[in-house]
Amino acid sequence: WVPVVGLEIHAQISSNSKLFSGSQVQFAAPPNSLVSFFDASLPGTLPVLNRRCVEAAVMTGLALKCSINKKSLFDRKHYFYADLPAGYQITQQRVPIAVNGSLSYSLCIDSKMSQMVTKTVRIKQIQLEQDSGKSLHDDTRSQTLVDLNRAGRLGLFSFFFPPFGCTGQTVLLIKFPFTEGQLRVDANVSVHHPGEPYGVRTEVKNINSIRFLAKAVDYEIQRQIEELENGGTILNETRAFDSKLGCTVPMRDKEGKQDYRFMPEPNLPPLILYDAKSLPANMNHQQVINIDWIHERLPDLPSVKREKLVEQYGILPEHSFALLNEDGLAEFYENVVKQTRMKPKRVIGWVLNNLLSYLKQHSLTVKESPISSFLLADLLNLLEKKEISSTAAKQVLAELWKGEGKTPLEIVKEQKLQLLQDQKELEQICQAVIDRQENEVMAIKAGNLKVLNKLIGLVQRETQGRSNPVLVKQLLEKKL
Amino acid sequence: QKVSVEVLDHLEHLALVDFRDSEGVERLQKEMEFADQLHEVNTDGVEPMDSVLEDRCLYLREDDVTEGNCTKELLQNAREKVEEYFVAPPGNIPLPKLEERDTFLQGS
Repeated sequence: WVPVVGLEIHAQISSNSKLFSGSQVQFAAPPNSLVSFFDASLPGTLPVLNRRCVEAAVMTGLALKCSINKKSLFDRKHYFYADLPAGYQITQQRVPIAVNGSLSYSLCIDSKMSQMVTKTVRIKQIQLEQDSGKSLHDDTRSQTLVDLNRAGRLGLFSFFFPPFGCTGQTVLLIKFPFTEGQLRVDANVSVHHPGEPYGVRTEVKNINSIRFLAKAVDYEIQRQIEELENGGTILNETRAFDSKLGCTVPMRDKEGKQDYRFMPEPNLPPLILYDAKSLPANMNHQQVINIDWIHERLPDLPSVKREKLVEQYGILPEHSFALLNEDGLAEFYENVVKQTRMKPKRVIGWVLNNLLSYLKQHSLTVKESPISSFLLADLLNLLEKKEISSTAAKQVLAELWKGEGKTPLEIVKEQKLQLLQDQKELEQICQAVIDRQENEVMAIKAGNLKVLNKLIGLVQRETQGRSNPVLVKQLLEKKL
Repeated sequence: QKVSVEVLDHLEHLALVDFRDSEGVERLQKEMEFADQLHEVNTDGVEPMDSVLEDRCLYLREDDVTEGNCTKELLQNAREKVEEYFVAPPGNIPLPKLEERDTFLQGS
């Protein structure tokens, strides 16, 4: 069975006002306080398009390598629901603002993060769309409370073309916050046998987090496979994901295929975008959106950032991927590199293996790290100057993690972790060990070099771990 | 062609219109015949017009907050409210199926 997953992502753009009205966009405001007459669908009101939202849509389209439609159109999508007072939603169904893009991403195909594969997913279209209001279902009193604050806020739709592959990959793409309805994802799922046409698809809604997205898609794929293997059929229906039960259920109010009776939005003429070549001469520049101008102002895309890190610091692609995968980690790494003499290639190990694993264990973000880049750099400097051993450094790190405000040097002094610098003293201890361990010395002289490690261990014990093992080895070898 | 009962039923569900009697259905029939006259025009190579405003510029508004904050006025229209929320039934109340409805269409 080949599963096919398409995603519809509704994302909100950070603008001050709504897509079609001048109401404020703000989270957690008193109910119905951010609603204008147009948002409440009072008769006689008209939509007025927000310039900032168009720019954001163009930017997103460019970042996702879409073709920008210089002429796009608005449509009405009709359905009845209490949180949609107009009875229709203004969207862009026929000719959206951007089409046919792609997104490449890197995937680690094993858990050790040692093998990276690049995959590409196609993006069908990006469209500007009105959001509906929010419904709070009060089952005890059998009523629904409607708050129209969200109504009219921009919803930017991106459709991902099937085929998509298996679920593990779905999750990596969504890196936006899910809170407060800033991002909503609906999944379209179908299964078919290789070589045969695509199966009937179902739409899964009510997915409230990335984790649930993976569960919902996985469940739906399994459900469809079981249904088909038992001789049943899949209905083209809308299902909701029940996070408590971990399954999808048919949605109330959405039985049968929806007929949205799309029609052109009569109150909005076509949206025309320009580029450097087609820029009209005598137009008010506030009314003009120049695609090329926006293109020049695109921030660096992740794939470009990743390559830059690899080039600049000589780290592996997997490392670069890991750095950008965690919010703020790349900046943290770069700050440490700036403040230490240790080579970037060595620093990466400490940031990814030691610091990051602490953060993960305690579910902390980089911002919440009790160890600042300054402290880590300080510690790595001690290590670089050979004032402490690698093992000691790890001990210091553990102590720093407690966040008690001590510097690495203070901890080193407290716990007496400094490496013995006195060569003579070290030599004396080595000699003493050699003199004591006659059997081992004989074995080494007979050719069993592995026993040398035991002697190194003994010297370490004598010095309470404060000797540089490399140096100890050299000294012992010289003497033997 | 005459409009089928299925289509009429579908329309009543979708748009909550009520084809109250045979006059209503006949009127719809005549409206469709009227619109069908469009087929007599040769529109080969002509882009459909979907707005008489098609050669006007779509006005773009600056991203400023200029409205809202009129909760009281908006809630004046509400029959039922709970703490500044509009109150609606728990879900859509679907139109009953054709067999169960008291409608003219039943007889056709």
